[in-house]
Amino acid sequence: MNDTAVKTIPVAVPVAVPVAAPVRNGVAAVRRKLSISVLRYNPQERGSVPRMQTYALEEADGMTLFIALNEIREKQDASLQFDFVCRAGICGSCAMVINGRPTLACRTLTQNLGPQITLAPLPFFELIGDLSVNTGKWMRGMSERLEGWLHMKDPNLDLRRIEERMDPDLADKIYELDRCIECGCCVAACGTARMRQDFVGAVGLNRVARFRLDPRDTRTDADFYDVIGDDDGVFGCMSLLACHDVCPKNLPLSTQIAFMRRKMVTLGWK
Amino acid sequence: MKIVYTDVLVIGGGLAGLRVGIGAKRRGHDVIILSLVPPKRSHSAAAQGGMQASLANVIKGQGDTEDIHFEDTVRGSDWGADQEVVRMFVNTAPKAVRELAAWGVPWSRVRKGDRDVIINGQKVTITERDEAHGLLAQRDFGGTKKWRTCYVSDGTGHAMLQTMSDQAIGSAIPVHERVEAIALIHDGARCYGAIVRNLITGELLAYVAKATAIASGGAGRLYRVTTNAVICEGIGGALALETGVATLGNMEAVQFHPTAIFPAGILVTEGCRGDGGLLKDVDGHRFMPDYEPEKKELASRDVVSRRMEEHILKGKGAKNRFGQHLWLDITLLGEKHIKHNLREVWEICHYFLGVDPVKDWIPVRPAQHYTMGGVRTRPTGESPTLKGLFAAGEAACWDMHGFNRLGGNSVAETVVAGMIVGEYIADFCDRAENEVAIPTALVHDFLRREQSKIDVLVDGRGTEDASAIKGQMQDLMTARVGIFRRGEDLGAAVDGLQQLLVRSRNIGLKCKARGANPELVTAYRVQKMLKVALCIAHGALTRTESRGAHFRQDYPRRNDAEWLKRTLASWKSETDTLPSLAFEALDVRRMELPPGWRGYGAKDYIDHPDTPKRAAEVEALKQAMSGAARFAVQEALMPYASLLPERYRGRNERIDEPLATEPLEAVQ
Repeated sequence: MNDTAVKTIPVAVPVAVPVAAPVRNGVAAVRRKLSISVLRYNPQERGSVPRMQTYALEEADGMTLFIALNEIREKQDASLQFDFVCRAGICGSCAMVINGRPTLACRTLTQNLGPQITLAPLPFFELIGDLSVNTGKWMRGMSERLEGWLHMKDPNLDLRRIEERMDPDLADKIYELDRCIECGCCVAACGTARMRQDFVGAVGLNRVARFRLDPRDTRTDADFYDVIGDDDGVFGCMSLLACHDVCPKNLPLSTQIAFMRRKMVTLGWK
Repeated sequence: MKIVYTDVLVIGGGLAGLRVGIGAKRRGHDVIILSLVPPKRSHSAAAQGGMQASLANVIKGQGDTEDIHFEDTVRGSDWGADQEVVRMFVNTAPKAVRELAAWGVPWSRVRKGDRDVIINGQKVTITERDEAHGLLAQRDFGGTKKWRTCYVSDGTGHAMLQTMSDQAIGSAIPVHERVEAIALIHDGARCYGAIVRNLITGELLAYVAKATAIASGGAGRLYRVTTNAVICEGIGGALALETGVATLGNMEAVQFHPTAIFPAGILVTEGCRGDGGLLKDVDGHRFMPDYEPEKKELASRDVVSRRMEEHILKGKGAKNRFGQHLWLDITLLGEKHIKHNLREVWEICHYFLGVDPVKDWIPVRPAQHYTMGGVRTRPTGESPTLKGLFAAGEAACWDMHGFNRLGGNSVAETVVAGMIVGEYIADFCDRAENEVAIPTALVHDFLRREQSKIDVLVDGRGTEDASAIKGQMQDLMTARVGIFRRGEDLGAAVDGLQQLLVRSRNIGLKCKARGANPELVTAYRVQKMLKVALCIAHGALTRTESRGAHFRQDYPRRNDAEWLKRTLASWKSETDTLPSLAFEALDVRRMELPPGWRGYGAKDYIDHPDTPKRAAEVEALKQAMSGAARFAVQEALMPYASLLPERYRGRNERIDEPLATEPLEAVQ
């Protein structure tokens, strides 16, 4: 495997640094004309073929891709499909490939992009139509395979009692990994996922790392080895680490994957 | 005709719906959850600040009990809440938070020893007890006497929803994603499930169930400016309303959150103020102490939002190119606290405003945030008028928030209601007489009716534009049914909404696709949303008093004598353009906490004739029982334990309130 597939993805787009808006102190500046090209295809519709469609619209102050796409749908093309839920960067619904890079559309300000914007659905996931992909279905399947829920010592709880203690730092560390929003960016940017449809992805490995860290979970490393100790799991990762670069929540994916691999290798040698 | 059979059909995959499902499944019933989106993307995830439960672990929460949580909640509700339901809630909240702790939520924990906090603008050192080390931490929130809000950094709802959804997967509960209930199947007395549309293929299916639970969240998107996710359109309430039998309670009670970023309306948590953040005006002046000397920034949300708008009306708003706003200053909390405990806030400011809240003030203005009203239910979660229909969480009105909800009580409610209603649904399904015996002809009728509505939209000759109608509705609601309400505006809103409703019956589509078709979705939803909007506007026009979040400038006083009652809206006929309103009185004579001043906000109100007598009775009883255990006093004032499922009865242990060591079975 060469890594050209991955290298085509990270085109530097300075999403993180908003620049000054074009209008300040009531002085009107000329508004930019944006040209948004969308990869369109509706597999549900007979005769639909993948094609690029370009929409022109005038930029507004503070415009995000959430605002822009809704405006296009309301005023220009009622059939355009995309997914937004929270529109605040916390639910993970709206990941798409923006100018070649998977990220969250809702918190992407158009002012940080050039006037020509190219949008495509996340690769890898089942396409629903246009920019909408079925991340939910894949995430549920991944979670079922990895048994991605806390395995309790004793499910018969006496809820009247004071809760079990946990070290405050450990709680913070678990939350750090629990911040994943299952947006799918990591899998969309992953070289291994292009070759292995069953690869669990950084999202899956991070889930396992999260439960492994949690003393409330009864599973041992041997149990985790059973679910990620192969090429669809932690040994499938080629350390290209585009997942780490594109994660909108800045999860420590590279260190977690490396750590899990070390742990699992130790077990595999035994 | 495709019919799916199950014991329990849950509409909504957020915290409430998932917890209802888990509860019913655990009791041996088959459950299917319907969700518009993958459940982890539900709006529950957006709750940042926390979940109230009177654990009393932190030093500033020491001495907290269910009693104080009860009083805070009832005062917060401006006495609109059902006090028995509030009691059920406050007693179950500690159990709910502890259950989630065992299920995997990484709650922030207490660290023993000294730490610096900001209280009232000053740095203060507080010392956490050794014996609290490692237990769940609590933070301060508005309208509470103690620090009671348990939290996971500022991603509380996200972490709760992750765990809850994981447990639902672990319980093998199927979640049918990207489907939408568009009508309830019923015969006017009994609900039998729902007609459901697949949003990918457009196919209609019938789901037949013994029990149907609506847990679809709030209706924020009836407004132009809201913190709510785009899926919070009040459709669950509309489904109940369209049966003509089920009712919606207190829809005019709509909460506006003080600190939505301006102008996008995205929430920044009340935890900002709970942790010591201040509200400032155009001159950099901290104005809240001028209005609310006691609770300042931490009065209840309705009060803070009104004071902010009042201050803007006085010309004290800051201005930017979008209009007027105020400032939220959290710079005094310091970089470490902001980047650690208020990280989502930092991200939101960074990405949407280009502002660094470590150094800069955040532009904020109140925005629609929460729907106190909802499908009217009994304390069991069941509709009193439509058997087999249940509701839980924000979509329901059982009714624990009255006319204003306290911050931290919403995610707490979702889980508590899920636990309680899940048990009652299981009880319902256990009873032999509740087996479903429904003629397939009835299912067929409903399916045909819904299909023909869609056919009319797709193939008809309508000329109205669905998203234009929706936009006009949102503008009307924001402009005329907002924080300050006047009869004149409300009347105009009711007229305008009625016209929009009539026009919505003549929508034509540009996109004729029968499968995935966002315009079609907007079209059939806006027809439903307008009915819910009319319940809000008509209820607000009719209620000629001010209570909690419902503030009438032309009737500024709370009027218990005439309005200590719950509004019940129903939609009698498809051709109606207005809901029918009825009112159910709250019984002061049975209240544990008779109406009085809330401790913040307006001090003058009109008493109910029964209030002085009940207040004297309560006082006498407390005197007579002075020295008795608080539980005994409470029980004498307003017994409620029999309303709780057996599984969730019993006291809650605290550091300062140890429980006897009897095993669980002995109590139950």
